[in-house]
Parts: sequence; C-alpha cells; structure tokens
Amino acid sequence: MAELMAGFGVFTHALVRGIASSLPKEALRMSSADVDLSRARHEHDIYVGVLKHKLGLQVIELPADDTLPDCVFVEDAAVVCGDTALITRPGAPSRRDETEAVRKALKNLGLNIVDIADDTATLDGGDVLFTGREFFVGLSKRTNQRGAEILADTFKDYAVSTVPVCDNLHLKSFCSMAGPGLIAIGSSEPAQKVLKIMQQMSDHRYDKLTIPDDTAANCVYLNIPNKGHVVLHRTPEEFPESAKVFEKLKEHMLIPVAITETAKVDGALTCMSILINMKSNTQ
Amino acid sequence: MMTTETGLESEVKKEPEQAEEQPAAPELQTQAQDEPATQQQVHPKQEHTEAEKPEELTDNKETLQSTTGEQPSGEEHTDTPTSPKPASPSAQTSPGLGKKEKEEASGKGISRFLPPWLKKQKSQSQVESKESLGIGDPVKEEGDVQEKKSEKEEKREQGGEDGIDKPPEVQRSLPQDSKADEKEEKHSISSAETQPAKETRKDSLEKDVDLKEEKNGAGEEIQKKIKEEENVQKPELKAEKPPGKPSKKMKTVVCKVMMLEGMEFPCEVEKRAKGQVLFNKVCENINLLEKDYFGLTYRSNSDQKNWLDPAKEIKRQIRSSPWQFAFSVKFYPPDPSQLTEDITRYYLCLQLRQDIASGRLPCSFVTHALLGSYCLQAELGDYDPEEHRVGYISDFQFAPTQTKELEEKVVELHKTHRGLTPAQADAQFLENAKKLSMYGVDLHHAKDLERVDIMLGVCANGLLIYKDRLRINRFAWPKILKISYKRSNFYIKIRPGETEQFESTIGFKLLNHRAAKRLWKVCVEHHTFFRLVSPEQPPKAKFLTLGSKFRYSGRTQSQTRQASTLIDRPAPYFERTSSKRVSGSLDGAPVVRVTDHNLVDSSAAEINGKGDTAAKDNGKEPGTPSRTQLELSQESKVVEQQSDGTTAAATGAETSEMEREEEDSQLQKDLDKTQEGVLKHQASISELKRSFMESSPEPRPNQWEKRLTTTLPLLTQGSLEEEITTILLSKESFSNCLTGTFTTTAKRAAEGAGAKAPAESLSPFPSTRPSETLDEKQKSEMGEEAEVEIEETVIEEIRRTSKVKNSPDTTESPAAAIMSGEGEKEPEEEASKASTSSESHSESEDEAEYHPQVAVDQIREETEENDEELGKECQVPAEQQLEEIVLPPPPEVQGIADEEKQECKHLGEDEARSSPAERKTEQEAEKAEEPKVNGEVSHSVPEVIPQVICCSEPPVVKTEMMTISDTSAAQKTEISTKEVPIVHTETKTITYEAAQLDGSGDGEPGILMSAQTITSESLCTTTTTHITKSVKGGLSETRIEKRIIITGDADIDHDQALAQAIKEAKEQHPDMSVTRVVVHKETELAEDGED
Repeated sequence: MAELMAGFGVFTHALVRGIASSLPKEALRMSSADVDLSRARHEHDIYVGVLKHKLGLQVIELPADDTLPDCVFVEDAAVVCGDTALITRPGAPSRRDETEAVRKALKNLGLNIVDIADDTATLDGGDVLFTGREFFVGLSKRTNQRGAEILADTFKDYAVSTVPVCDNLHLKSFCSMAGPGLIAIGSSEPAQKVLKIMQQMSDHRYDKLTIPDDTAANCVYLNIPNKGHVVLHRTPEEFPESAKVFEKLKEHMLIPVAITETAKVDGALTCMSILINMKSNTQ
Repeated sequence: MMTTETGLESEVKKEPEQAEEQPAAPELQTQAQDEPATQQQVHPKQEHTEAEKPEELTDNKETLQSTTGEQPSGEEHTDTPTSPKPASPSAQTSPGLGKKEKEEASGKGISRFLPPWLKKQKSQSQVESKESLGIGDPVKEEGDVQEKKSEKEEKREQGGEDGIDKPPEVQRSLPQDSKADEKEEKHSISSAETQPAKETRKDSLEKDVDLKEEKNGAGEEIQKKIKEEENVQKPELKAEKPPGKPSKKMKTVVCKVMMLEGMEFPCEVEKRAKGQVLFNKVCENINLLEKDYFGLTYRSNSDQKNWLDPAKEIKRQIRSSPWQFAFSVKFYPPDPSQLTEDITRYYLCLQLRQDIASGRLPCSFVTHALLGSYCLQAELGDYDPEEHRVGYISDFQFAPTQTKELEEKVVELHKTHRGLTPAQADAQFLENAKKLSMYGVDLHHAKDLERVDIMLGVCANGLLIYKDRLRINRFAWPKILKISYKRSNFYIKIRPGETEQFESTIGFKLLNHRAAKRLWKVCVEHHTFFRLVSPEQPPKAKFLTLGSKFRYSGRTQSQTRQASTLIDRPAPYFERTSSKRVSGSLDGAPVVRVTDHNLVDSSAAEINGKGDTAAKDNGKEPGTPSRTQLELSQESKVVEQQSDGTTAAATGAETSEMEREEEDSQLQKDLDKTQEGVLKHQASISELKRSFMESSPEPRPNQWEKRLTTTLPLLTQGSLEEEITTILLSKESFSNCLTGTFTTTAKRAAEGAGAKAPAESLSPFPSTRPSETLDEKQKSEMGEEAEVEIEETVIEEIRRTSKVKNSPDTTESPAAAIMSGEGEKEPEEEASKASTSSESHSESEDEAEYHPQVAVDQIREETEENDEELGKECQVPAEQQLEEIVLPPPPEVQGIADEEKQECKHLGEDEARSSPAERKTEQEAEKAEEPKVNGEVSHSVPEVIPQVICCSEPPVVKTEMMTISDTSAAQKTEISTKEVPIVHTETKTITYEAAQLDGSGDGEPGILMSAQTITSESLCTTTTTHITKSVKGGLSETRIEKRIIITGDADIDHDQALAQAIKEAKEQHPDMSVTRVVVHKETELAEDGED
C-alpha cells in the first residue's frame, strides 16, 4: 500500500560527479589548504564504491567539468524528495552551471523536475536537511528566504522551517540525519543552538546524536534492504572522538569513509551524492 | 441611546423574535419592534405591562430575561414535528423544573448575582403580574393577533432566509411544512404570557445541553447521553402536540446547515436555542456520536468564518447574519486511527477532501493523486476497467487545480487499492492526510509588528508562525504562558527558555479586533481540547477576573476518547454520498456550491448578499450610540480624597483619558516595536523589558497617588486589604476613546509592572474569567442590532502587606509614596530581584487573556514550573508577613474556579498570618462598608443626577460630572435613563464614591509591587482589568480597577448593566470593597464606529 513519507533513508539510486581537476585551486573554500587532487579522487572513488558495491545502489556518475571546480558537490545542485527534484539555484554564482548536468540526469531518471525561476532566490542543497517528516532550511550565505520558500512550494506535503546558519557554510556542515528521527549534531555552540531552534520549530520529536566535531556530524544515512540502517561517517583517523560516538550506534551498519581532501574545500559526506528512491511513490 | 428601563425590558423580551425582525424601527424599543406594524396594536398589552415596570427593574429584567430567554427554545421544540409520539404535558414540567434550577445555578440567570439592594428595587408586583399573565387569559385573546404575527414573521423568516427549499433529506425536521407552520402559529399564540410553561420546556431543552456538557466530565456513556437527549426531546415534542396550549408558543427558525456531503440540511430550532441544540440535531441527523471533533460555523457580516459557540444562543452569535451554518471539523484528530467509529472517520475524510480541493490543505502532486485514489476506492470500490472508463473520475475533484496528468495518476493508484473496503480506504486516506504538515492547522492572516505579512496557524500542538509557506517559528502549548489579545493585537507570552531569564511577549497584528478575538478563541479552544484533560471550569465570578469571557466548554480530546470507548453500538450504516456530487460542486469555486450558502469557504459573492442584509439591519436601527462609563470604585478610605475631587477628577480623568489615547497608541507602538524586536531577533528580553518600561513613563494620576496615600492609617492596623474597583460602563459606538482610557490605566500598569513581582501571582492561571453572564445578559438586553460593547476595563487591586524589607524605606520617606516612576524604582528593583518571574508589560494590554493551563498528567514539568512560580510569588509576601484581610467569599463566589483557588491560596496564606483579631475587625469594617457601597450603586436616584443633554451637533460630546459622595453609610443613587430624552449627543458622568469610613488617608505613597492590566473584548463588550499591587508602609495594597464599556446603537439598559457590573465586580472580588463608581454616559448620533 502506498504511503506517504514512508521508508526514510530508503534509496535506490545515487547521483555522483567526478572531481574536477580545477578543484584544488579554484574550488571555493572557507579556509586555505592544499588539496591533493589524486588523493581526493581516490577517496572519492572509495566513496562511490561504497554506494555502488557495498550498498548496491544504482549510481549515476556524472563526469567532472573542469570549468566547474566545485562540481563534485552535487548535493547543492538539487534537492530530491520522493519523485520530485528541485533544481537549485546555488548561492555561489560560480556554481550555478553545475545544476545543468544534474538536472539532465535527474530528468532522465524520470523525476519531476522543478526549477527555480526566481532570480532572487538562492538555495544550496547543503542547507536543506530533510528529516523524513519535514525540511529544515538553513538561511546561510548560500541560501536565502526566497529559496526556502520555493522549496516549501515544491514539497507541499512537508513543513519547511528555516533556521539561521551564521558560522558555517551550510546547515549540513554540522548536522545530518543519522537515522529515522535521529539527528547527528555537532557539539559546538552554534550547532547546538541550531538544534534547539529545530527542535522548537518541529512538531516531531527527534533524538540527537551529539558529535564532538561539527564537521563529523555530517554523515550519510541509508536504509538498505537486508542491511538495515547504514551510516557512512568520517573515519577514526580524521575524527577519532567523533568516530567513537558513531560506534555507539549498535544497530547501524557503520562505514567509515575518509574525505580528507575534499573536506579541505568544505566538502562533507552528504555533499558528494544525491540519493534517490525511485520506488518511493510509484507504488 | 439610553432609553428608559422599560425600553430595555421590552428589548429583553423581544430578543427571541428579534433575529428575524431586527429591522424594526429603532424608536420602538418595545416589543412592538419585533412585531409587524399591524400587530403592534394588539400587543400593546404586553408592552404596557412590561413597559410600566419600574425602572429599577434590573432585577425584574433578569427574571424576565431568564423567562423570556427560555421561551423561545421551548417553542422551537414544539414545532419540530419529528417526534411522532404523543406528548403528555406532564412530562415536560418535571424536566423543565430541573432545568430551570440548573440554569440558574449555571449562572445564566444573572438575577442570582444581583446585589440585594438591586433586588429590593425590583417590583414584585410586576413579576407576578407577568407570571399571571402568562398563565391567564391574555393568551387567547392575543392568540389571534399573535398568530397573524407569527405568520408574518414566519414569512419573513423564510423570505429572509432566501426561501429555503427544503431538501429531501430534511424530511425529518420538515415532514409537512404546512403543518409545522400551523403548529408554530398556534404555539406562537401564547407569547409572553405563557412564559411559565415555556420556561419549563425550555428548561428541558437546556437540560439537554447541560447534560451533555456535564457529561463531558470524564467517560460518560454516550449511550446514556443519547437516551437523555431523547428524553429531553420527547417532552418537547409532546408539548407541541397539543396545539391549543398556551405554553406552546415557540418561535422557531429554520437553520440551513451545509453538511460535509455538500448538501444542505434544514434544521428547525428555537430562535433562542443555543448552539448546542442545533449542533446536536445536526449530529443526530448524521448519526454521529464522536462529535466533539466537529462544530458549526457561520459567516459573520464581515464574511469571517466563526465557530458557533455551543454554550451560547445562536441568535446572539450570528446576529444579523442568516441562519446558515456549515458543519465542519473543528479539531482535527492528530491520529484518526484512534477514532472509534468509521462514520467519524468518514466525516473527517469528507472534511479533508474539501480542505484539499479548496487548497486549504496543500499537498504535492503525488499526495493529491494518492489521496484521490483512496477517495475513489472508498466511493467506487475496486477499479473496474469496464465500469470505470476514461472520464469516470473527472467528476471528482482531487486538487485545487486538477490536471489530466493528476487524474491519470489517480486512476493508476486506484487500481492498486483493489480489495480495500470503503472504511479501509478512508483509513488509508487519513493515515496519509494526517502527515501533511498543514493537517489540522487553522491559519489566520496576521502581520508581525513590523507589518510583515505572516500567518498564524493554530494546531493541536501549539501555534505555528508562517511567512509565506515557511514556518518561521513555532510555539508549542507548553511554551505559551498566556494568550491574549487587545484590539487587533494578539499576544502570546512565552515561557523563558533555558537561555532566557524573562518571559517574552510576542505580538501580532490582526486585521481587526474581531480577527484577533477569533484567533484568541481558537487558541483557547485548541489548547483546551488537545492539551487539557478536562476543560476549565466554567467561569464563575472571580475576584481577579481579568476579562476573558470565553472558554472552551466542550469535551477535551482525552474526554471524548474516553467517552468513545464506551460507544457500544453496531457500526451504524451510513451512505457514502458520492463525492462526485460534492467534488463536482467544488469545481471552480472550491467549497462553495449549493444555493447561497455562505458558510462554506471563500465565496465573496455570497458575502455581499449578506453584507447587504446586514447593512439593512443596521440602517434600520439608527445608531444612537451612547457611551456610558461606569466607574465603580469602592473603598471608603480612598474615597475621601477622591470624593474631594470627584467631579474634577472625573472630568479630568475623562479628558485626560482622551488625551492619553494618543499617548497610548504611542505607547502601543513602542511596545509593538519592542516586542517585534523580540520576535524578530530574539533579542534579550531584558532589553525589551527595559524599553517597555521606558515607554510607559506616564506619571500616575493624582487619584492614584491619593488612593495610595489614604491607606496609611490602616497600616497601623496591620492587616488590611484594599481594593479599588472601577467599573466603567460605556456605551458608545466609538470605542476608541474608551480604549484610550483603558490604555491609560494600562500604562500605569506597565509602570507598575516595572515594580513587578507578585503580579504574576495574581494571575498565575487563567486569570481571564469569562464574565459571560454579564455579557450575555447585556447582549440579550439589547436588541440584536444593538451593537453592545461592554468594556470592562480596569481593575486595580492594591493589597497592603506588611513588608519587612520595604517597610523601612516606605515609612521613612513619605516622598517615596509617589507611585510615579522614579519613586518606585528602588523598591521595584528590589522586588524584581526577589522574584524572577516578572510580569512587566504583557499584562497591560490584553483585551482578553488566557493562561494555558496544563493538564497535570500531560505536562508535568509545566505545572511544576507554574507551581514554582506561584510558590515564589507567594513566598515573597509570606516572608514579609503579610497581614491581609480576606473577606470570606460570599456564597455566590463559592464556585470559584480552581485557578482562583490558587489565588486564594495565596491570599489564604496571608490571611493565616494576620492575627485573627485584626482580621475580624477588618472584616467587620469592610462589611460595614459594603452596605454602603451597595446602597450607592443600587439606589441611584435619577433626580439627583444632573443630566446634560446636548442637542447640538451630534459629534459634540458634552460631559458632565456628577459626584455623589456620602459619608454616611447608605447612599442612594439611582441612575435613571428615563429622563434622558433621545438626543443627538449626550454625555453624562456620574461618580459614586463610598464614604470614608475611617478617614484614613494615605500619608505615604506605597511601593508599587506590581501592576497588570488585562483587557478582554468580545463582540459586545470589552473588559479591562487593572490590578496594581503596592507595598506601602509595611502593608500591601491591591487595587483593582475595572472598566466596562458598553457600546451599542440601540438602547441599552445602562442601569442594568451598571448593576450587573457592580455585582459582578463584587462577586469577583468578594474580599474587596467598592470605593468608587463612575458612570459616564455618552450618547450620540454618530455612526457605529466599531471596526
């Protein structure tokens, strides 16, 4: 029987994109650090491999575009929920063209494509946290109110609440879903503050998983048939303390994934894929 | 306009009929109004009798009212042909009696509350005569006339109601129209005369209602209920049967109720019937037991959808609007699967389909398709390729805009539901619909205080704030300490968060005050229904009543669930009307279809029609707005000083009030700003507070100081509780001026708030006690068309407590006595430090407030917090060894609500501390005073009061101050409206002050401990209560000032209103005395200024 909002974390497909060779030099970043391109690509391969082989997702791999140094972060280019994909209008002008290829790929998958026609709206997928029951949209440097409104218009079934994001690039720079009703949240003060706001704004109750390192609070949750709860999280090498916290998730299949290089350009685990459930509403 | 009391009385009587006859000439205040001209002649009898009644009738009036009020309901039932059973008259009587008692007990009968003095004046002879009339001969004589009359009326009614075509479904209520009519006529024969019989009947009716309400109690058996209802109805029916009976006269109205199926259900009810009666009939018609989730709506003239209050008379709610209603879901159960019966789910489904089709419940494409497919499954059963051809669903509407694509998707999904029964399909539908974020969210347009358009959504969990589609904030019920509104502003007071130290108040601007009130009501109802285990006790007279007149009286969700578990009947058969019809009609204009049903959502056209009628009505009753201000302040001590300058003070007050209006608005603005700040930036509340305080620096009026000073001598006694009650009754069409006045007080309050502290303790809980009795009464007394506004404004209560801490300061420096800002500050600060829960501003500006009370089991933490707060606040005084004298509550007050008890506790502590001896003396003293007070109020002698009649230009407002101060015990002042000719403009101010008993003047100003002003406003009345607490010379003083403003175009019985107000005030604050009463009347020809 069809049911709305069922099966949080259930995905069948993943969209990823290669790392542009221009990334090390041209990708936007909040702090300067040298990026090892080959290592970055190696890590990315592992990331994609996990999705594809370990989790059995159908992975659509878009080729990198060197004119788009940030193109590996496909998450920002579209928000997919159910069978609808909202093609974003990234806050960084240099990234606007990234949406084109993503849009095309999603359309090919048969998703309903919604575009943002409003030139005043900006929206980065990294600012969109979908909990399974509602959306939280971080109002950040990359995402504005109008962008959030359009998101709300697009996904009418869900409450869309806005939360201010001041000290981070994206909302999901310090939080993510680690399970149904489970929010992984950084332990920093700003992160905790945002969590409070989210809790206040929500009609639903969430459990929180407080992660010592903010950036490590960005993990990827999936619910894979035969595997159950799966969480991709940062490796103990990167964030030993945070990894310990993830390890407390007894019922989760934990997959540490390193993204040391892309992290230098503000990349996070969720940034590098768009997860899609093609079976969601068709039955 | 102020007319003679007689006029008023007549009005009361009229009421039942008024609904239909509203347009009657305004000059005819008497019953004639209602009746067609031809009949006027016939009726004179009645009129005369009533008219002749003495002006002091207040009492009479009440009795009359109760009787009259009951009449109509009785009629109603008689008319309903539904019950085939032959009636045995005897049956009626017994229920009736019981009912009557109940009614009185319920507090509907205001007479009960009338002060003895008032009662005295009541002329018994009249009453008797009336009764005798009812029983006696006149019946027959009048019969003919009345018949005619009734006929006419009926015609009118029907005509007015757009010639109701009775749909076939109506069979029940209208088997034979002609017969029904006849009956009606016959019944109508005995109009006023038959009162006794009617009463009984009505009683039975009401009993019905009451029973239901009572059942609310915990898990009563619904079955039982039903039985009872049946019983109740039977008698009524019986009553009808005997056609010639005098007691039969009942006027009924055919209500058109738009059902969720999209059909209109004509339902006949007495004109005087309460909302519950109609609602019950409707539910019965559809065989619905779990009805607490539902309600009836009507559209007001302004085309606003309003919920029909089951506890109030329909007619008084809809006023001039047509008797058209819509049956809708009022409380959307968060988990529909917990509903007991499928039929309940079915109706919920129907509502949701409407919500979805109209766009009120937004969904995504997929959701539209999915929900639509369940609709199909429920209505059509399994998909059948042969039967269900291409266009088979185009008659249905699944979305506001339905595309081919959507229909295809719906069909596709429909195919997947094979095997689902209708009930299962409904259940699935609900399981999905309930997840929608806007499910059960009642949206209200508003602006934040920066004028940004937002939406306020009331739902089961709390209040949601939307900007466009985005949720920008959310306040769960546990977060909300108080809900209030003032004028068009709506406020919520928020419990401080972990990081915040103070409560914050967030304000929103609604379209108008009606919208604000509507929102407030919805909030109160939702909070009660979803959050409380049981509804708050019906508001009784309460001392510190802060104005609200409304409470949800139905069952809470928990109660209804409990009751539902007792439902023991085979699943009722019900026909699932093809939603084709429904949806089909939905096409184009979402919810509107079917004749001219205004109730359904958004149809401007319909509205226009209504508006016309409304306008008509209004026009018929030439607005003679009169403004009457009644200031009642009791307290002999205070009186002295005040009496000195009464005239001056009064005038001064008046003018100053006006002048201050501007200031007030300014203040308001400031407040708004600050509050906005909070809202927007979540700025620190302390800042807000500061700014708030700064914004209301207005120096306290002299009166205030005087009052404070007067109390000094008492200090020696140690225990003393003083109060000043000011009741302002003003009737006027331009309520702004009035509000201005209130605001002034509010300002003061605000100032005082700075002083802070125990304020909260005063209203720890729902301090807003609906003064419904007053309200209703007033309303009833005035014609429907009369826009009655009673604003009960300021109650200042000053309690003196011997305060250890402060006493040194205060006693030593008399100068400190000055209440105005600076003087207070020091003590204020101290005080504020003492208690964390400061009640700075918020209180000062609500028209009505509601303190969400938390169900103990559900929200333990909250309660605890509350208790803590309470405790703290109580502590302060306790430490200081308050010596307060609390007068034993008068018998009437015994019914005080829990909340009040809380307050009382507080008082009780204090009491305990005071030495018994002292207390005694005090009490005695007060008692001694009281009679005086009563005397004052009750005996207002018309002759004594100079009246200024200004015949010049309408807008001209002349003011005359009348001061009566008596040092002796008994004062007799009577306000008679008799002598007031109908003039263009008239302003009259009368001040009564209690004599100073002990001549204790306040040498010293006290320290303002807290101040709060609460204003509540209903359609007709506004009540503002201003409470100030101060500590002076070791004594705490509480002053309550109450102002009531009555605004209306038609005649209002001011005396009655005044008496009412005083009585109420006294009841509410039994332990206080009335020190001052100021009546200010203003009459003018101006247009109705009400929004």
